Amino acid sequence: MRLLKLVPDNTNLDFMRWRNIALILSIIVTLGSIALVAVRGLNLGVDFVGGQSIQVAFDRPVPIEDIRGLVRGLDVGEPNVQQFGGPNRLQIKMGPADGGDAATTAATTKIRTAIADQYKGAEFLVESVTPKVGRELYRDGAISIALAMLGIAIYIWFRFEWQFGVGALVTLFHDVAMTLGFFSLTQLEFDLNVVAAILTIVGYSLNDTVVIYDRIRENLRKYRKMEIVPLLNLSLNETLSRTIVTSTSIMLALAILVLVGPKVIFGLSIAILLGIFVGTYSSIYISSPILVWLGVGPDSFISRSSTQAERVAPPTEGG
Amino acid sequence: MLDFPRWKVWSISLICLLVSLLAVPSLLPERTVNQWPGWVPSARINLGLDLAGGSYLLMEADIADLARQQLEAMEETIRTELRRESPRIAIGEISTQGGQLSFMVSDVSRVDRAREIAYNQTEPVGFGGSRTWTVNVLDSNRIVMTPTPAGLDQALDTALDTAREVIRRRIDPSGTREVSVIRKGERRIEIQVPGEQDPERLKVMVGKTARLEFRLVSDDINPEMLRQGRAPAGSVILPYPDDPAGVGRIAVQRRSMVTGEQINTAKQGFTQAGAPAVDLNFNTQGARRFGTATQQNSGKLFAIILDDVVISAPRIDQPILGGQAQIYGSFTVESANDLAVQLNAGRLPIELSGIQESSVGPELGADSIYWGTIASIGAVVAVVLFMLVTYGRFGVYAMIGLVINALMILGIMALFNATLTLPGIAGFVLTIGAAVDANVLINERIREEQRKGRKTLDAIETGYREASTAIFDANITNVIAAVIMYLFGSGPISGFAVVLMIGIITSVFTAVNVTRMLVALWVRKARPRLLNI
Repeated sequence: MRLLKLVPDNTNLDFMRWRNIALILSIIVTLGSIALVAVRGLNLGVDFVGGQSIQVAFDRPVPIEDIRGLVRGLDVGEPNVQQFGGPNRLQIKMGPADGGDAATTAATTKIRTAIADQYKGAEFLVESVTPKVGRELYRDGAISIALAMLGIAIYIWFRFEWQFGVGALVTLFHDVAMTLGFFSLTQLEFDLNVVAAILTIVGYSLNDTVVIYDRIRENLRKYRKMEIVPLLNLSLNETLSRTIVTSTSIMLALAILVLVGPKVIFGLSIAILLGIFVGTYSSIYISSPILVWLGVGPDSFISRSSTQAERVAPPTEGG
Repeated sequence: MLDFPRWKVWSISLICLLVSLLAVPSLLPERTVNQWPGWVPSARINLGLDLAGGSYLLMEADIADLARQQLEAMEETIRTELRRESPRIAIGEISTQGGQLSFMVSDVSRVDRAREIAYNQTEPVGFGGSRTWTVNVLDSNRIVMTPTPAGLDQALDTALDTAREVIRRRIDPSGTREVSVIRKGERRIEIQVPGEQDPERLKVMVGKTARLEFRLVSDDINPEMLRQGRAPAGSVILPYPDDPAGVGRIAVQRRSMVTGEQINTAKQGFTQAGAPAVDLNFNTQGARRFGTATQQNSGKLFAIILDDVVISAPRIDQPILGGQAQIYGSFTVESANDLAVQLNAGRLPIELSGIQESSVGPELGADSIYWGTIASIGAVVAVVLFMLVTYGRFGVYAMIGLVINALMILGIMALFNATLTLPGIAGFVLTIGAAVDANVLINERIREEQRKGRKTLDAIETGYREASTAIFDANITNVIAAVIMYLFGSGPISGFAVVLMIGIITSVFTAVNVTRMLVALWVRKARPRLLNI
């Protein structure tokens, strides 16, 4: 049986040759993402801004105009009615009402009963958050993402060297900025689930990076005379097949989740899928070139493990 | 690396089998599992509210309310205690402004005694020697009592613990429903009720303080004073929405005859005219006090007060000695029933208001489960096929590892009674995709070593050995992210983090033990000259 080889044996791509172009591209896209979030903002869900969200699932397709008319007739302010994941589903969103929490819940109850009366068999998913809790959740989300990034970078620093820790942090920043930019561009709802997705990305996008770093460290000890750029190229090529196979496998699973999975977690699924994709790119073009700029060389691992490095036999086989 | 003695083969197989079997009850319909004999483990994975349908409510305590209650209670205690002294200590200019209780002792020579009495009402807090209140003497005869932050914290803590119990009794009087009422942080209580579709109703049941009091109506007030809202000494003016006189407020005495705490049982009933009412049965102390009070005040009006609102003010026709009473007002059968349940459960020691709520219809949840299952199975099939075409025989081993891995995740979740949420399903699918990573690392390394010209056995040995540090480091980063997610996330998100963490552990276990064992057994038997990998 002939096996599928996504990456042919003895592949030897000169990744590092493009590192400056890739870097400029990444900086542009990252800055673009940040600017986009700053200017256009994120379509924050009710969990972050406070207010109410009612998702209704009807047992048959219902014209959205009918519901808009129905809601408008209820005198509950200006709720936003939109399609959500299918012809029989829609979402009604309201900001916090002027009259405080009680007024907002009263509005929800009104909408709910009105729809339930006219459309038997309608099912509801109601979420209501006060602005204060929204701000807290937002703050907690931001803190947890920052903590996760920092925690992982510190771990990498301890396991490798400080340059690797910095590389990990920059890579994570790049990946997170990219995901935020995507959500700002598409105006997909940014809710708590997406924060969970970003934390997952923070965990998984470094997956490739760590494996590559591990190989770089191994090669740095093995080939003490090799220049850093060819050594990075060697390490990237050696791990390329693994990078591609694992990323494909994860993306395959996630693509199925995006396509057929429950609509409520569409945002979460697509964010992770995107994050894995970006993470694969950045593990090659962000986290590795940074090591060159930070001056990683054959000496980087000597200070702490010189005795061990000395014992390693000089390279006998070529890469 | 490939040395697997028989005992190791057996123990790994046994662990996999047992943990996988734990998943079985969760995969079968609940009814089937219920028919099993009692000794068969039948723990199932909990479904989160977003999958099972139900209501979630987060309530926050009103600290200002607690502080006010404390002040009022302390004022009452100080008045009583100083009156009890013989001769009584006269005080004046009592004020509870600015969060402090301050009063003037009329006789300067008795300030020290008054101060001592006030001090005795405070309690030590913690180990630092601080107390629940500070007591100071200002201007030689003014005593000022201020609650300390530590004292307030302690009171809040006790109040929330009590509130938690009261809430549980209110929404689950029979103790048979699967409700979860837990404290969140310093001043919040989180309530989850599977199956409850109407969070509004839940809020009505939970949010009411249900402080019931019977007090005498003050008769020494003229209509003019009532209209201006000026209460005579020892009285307060309270709203009275159903006032037959049409004024809408009424003056009642500060002191209550009996309170809801002295009720044994309450149940919904009807008045003689057939209107819904709540029948009360006082405990011994309550019956005695109610009896004495009605005996002494025959012919007067008394007010039935619920949460500082007068619901009715009937006349005392004759002494009520049996400890039975009925309260009525503008009740419906439902609201009378609710009040009975609330009175039975006790009053909330602190005011709570809802700050976050959500509810999911059961069909919507079932829909999510259905599509989540389809996606999970689809993901397993796709990844398995991909492994087969990429690694051939080693792909088969990866596949076996993957299926065992999936079952073990479910088994461990069932064992620890973990909750599966909607994002948790996404976590499961992600884990399936990522679980093969360890296998990929190993297989790629074997490919590489073989390419470098190592002999089969040597290539496999080296592959496993060299890949292990990368496997370890790559998974630790995921663990760090998942732990932080678990600590910071609320309900559904923690559910996601739990699945991720369990998945990381099981996938490393299956890759390092199960597939390696399968490879070792095959190599030992077949002695392959060249690996097709």
